[in-house]
Amino acid sequence: MASVIVNFELCGRDVEVLVQPMATLQSVLRNQLGHTATKEGCRQGGCGSCTVLVDGEPMLSCLLPVEDVAGRRVTTLEGITPIDGLDPIQEAFLESNGFQCGYCTPGMVMVTRALLDHDPQPGREAIVEAISGNLCRCTGYQPIIDAIEKAADRLSGSGEQTGER
Amino acid sequence: MPEELNVVGRSVVRSDGVGHVTGRTRFAGDLVFPGMLHLKMVRSPLHHARIRGVDLGEAERVPGFVRALTWRDVPHNVYTILSLIGVEPEEEFVLAQDRVRYKGEPIVAVVAESEAAALEAVAKVRLDLEELPAVFDVEEALRPDAPVVTDWGNNTFMFEGHPSRRVRFGDVEAGFARSDHIVEAVYNSSPIEQAPTETTGCVAVPEANGRYTVYTNTQALYFSLDNTAIILQVPGKRLHFVGGTVGGGFGGKVDVIVEPIATLAAMKTGRPVRYVFSRSEEMQVSSTRSAWRIYMKDGVTRDGHILARKVTSYADSGAYSRQTPYALTKHAANAAGPYAIPNVSIDAYCVYTNRTPASAMRGFGVTMASFALEVQMDRIAERVGVDPWTIRFINAYHNGDRKPHRKIAEDATLIETMQAAAAFVGHELTDEQKAMTSAPRASLEGVR
Repeated sequence: MASVIVNFELCGRDVEVLVQPMATLQSVLRNQLGHTATKEGCRQGGCGSCTVLVDGEPMLSCLLPVEDVAGRRVTTLEGITPIDGLDPIQEAFLESNGFQCGYCTPGMVMVTRALLDHDPQPGREAIVEAISGNLCRCTGYQPIIDAIEKAADRLSGSGEQTGER
Repeated sequence: MPEELNVVGRSVVRSDGVGHVTGRTRFAGDLVFPGMLHLKMVRSPLHHARIRGVDLGEAERVPGFVRALTWRDVPHNVYTILSLIGVEPEEEFVLAQDRVRYKGEPIVAVVAESEAAALEAVAKVRLDLEELPAVFDVEEALRPDAPVVTDWGNNTFMFEGHPSRRVRFGDVEAGFARSDHIVEAVYNSSPIEQAPTETTGCVAVPEANGRYTVYTNTQALYFSLDNTAIILQVPGKRLHFVGGTVGGGFGGKVDVIVEPIATLAAMKTGRPVRYVFSRSEEMQVSSTRSAWRIYMKDGVTRDGHILARKVTSYADSGAYSRQTPYALTKHAANAAGPYAIPNVSIDAYCVYTNRTPASAMRGFGVTMASFALEVQMDRIAERVGVDPWTIRFINAYHNGDRKPHRKIAEDATLIETMQAAAAFVGHELTDEQKAMTSAPRASLEGVR
């Protein structure tokens, strides 16, 4: 099948890629655009490590044909990481040890960003629901939930804007 | 004046934490090198089969195909991971020769310009296999008429001339004869996959100085380097292994599986080679915690003292032994548990079957011993008519006690741990239990 050109917005910049039809957003991000913070734990929609935001909504990039994001806004972990220092969500994960091996962390941070954009002060149940599609084999989840609570407290307490960069 | 300490007593931020929360940590599978090739494996679709032929003709015509590797390309094709600590014999094939012994066993490695091309070429390799009877149960595998997995005529791993790892301490039959209760049970467990979120993988890169740099997510960097040097018959100084970043392991990345063949492919092509498991390979092919069957028989007095314990354990090693002999040694040392039992007999067998090879996983060998013996302790408590705490206080070992494998206990903490646990859950212990310590017994005669 002939390759096709797809245009979309990636972390605030316009990108144009030549892809095989049905290439996944995950493979294009990692292999063509160098956005390797987006992980590939299963490539079958089972682990959540590849979660990115499409128009602010968390999506599994491994199940998403890249043609489906044409003209849309894609944000990866690279897009919310400041050049210097850390985003408050990242700070909270770091302080709460909301990770061990770190492989699920990019997906967890992206899901947290989407959650707090919609619901700045989620309860623990809403947090658990939000990360229910993201597998972590190390932590037992409690430090991750603690990190998200801490991030929510800080972001809502300071009145800081939480929109995408 | 006390010295000012920088780390002790403080909470410190992990050195790799910023990398993890920003996604800047480089995992092996994230790495890309100019000219990098992709390796995918042709695997056995059958649990047990004779290999009559392999036809690469169609695969070689796939656009992007670079080359295939078979066992003939591997300088030292038969290895065993634990040969580094003196375990024999070498029995695992890097690439299968005349026979496959488990479903998913690697037969041909295909290297191609892209992952898609490698997968297509793998799909076009034609295997001519003659299916053989397979065995999946440890006790069936030990019957004289069982299908034989190994090359030496039975399915038993030999421990220094014995078919089991043995512990003999006191006289168990005499102990049973003096007992008021005999408690017998069998405990089974299934294989368990470690399921790390990052799959097993590495990238092997040829360097201009004749060395090979291997970026790997192994949990056992030097074990992998040394085994790769043996398999490829090169001096270790030609290999530079870079690791330490592991996206979850839990024992599942202790075996030496991807590095030797990726490095060989880099040698044969002169190009960087990436070999990363798919999720289905991680689940089907990478080794598991072994399945266990544990028979336990205890002789107990009417006041709850265990006088004798006899254990017969079978670990299902799968098609190759990998780390399972080591698991059985640990198992045999721990199957009596943290209890002072004067008469103990343990036989722990490492059994070959046609299952996926088993290996390391978090406390392997000991975990299932603990499961079996602690459930057994509850059963003993029930039989004797005391609560589960009491049966453990009665039998807890003390410092200075001789364990069945002849070590003197010098780190006993069972009593103190149970006291702390009781306080934690609000269980009221007796005054006698509260006053106990793991301190050496006044007289060794006290050990019944």
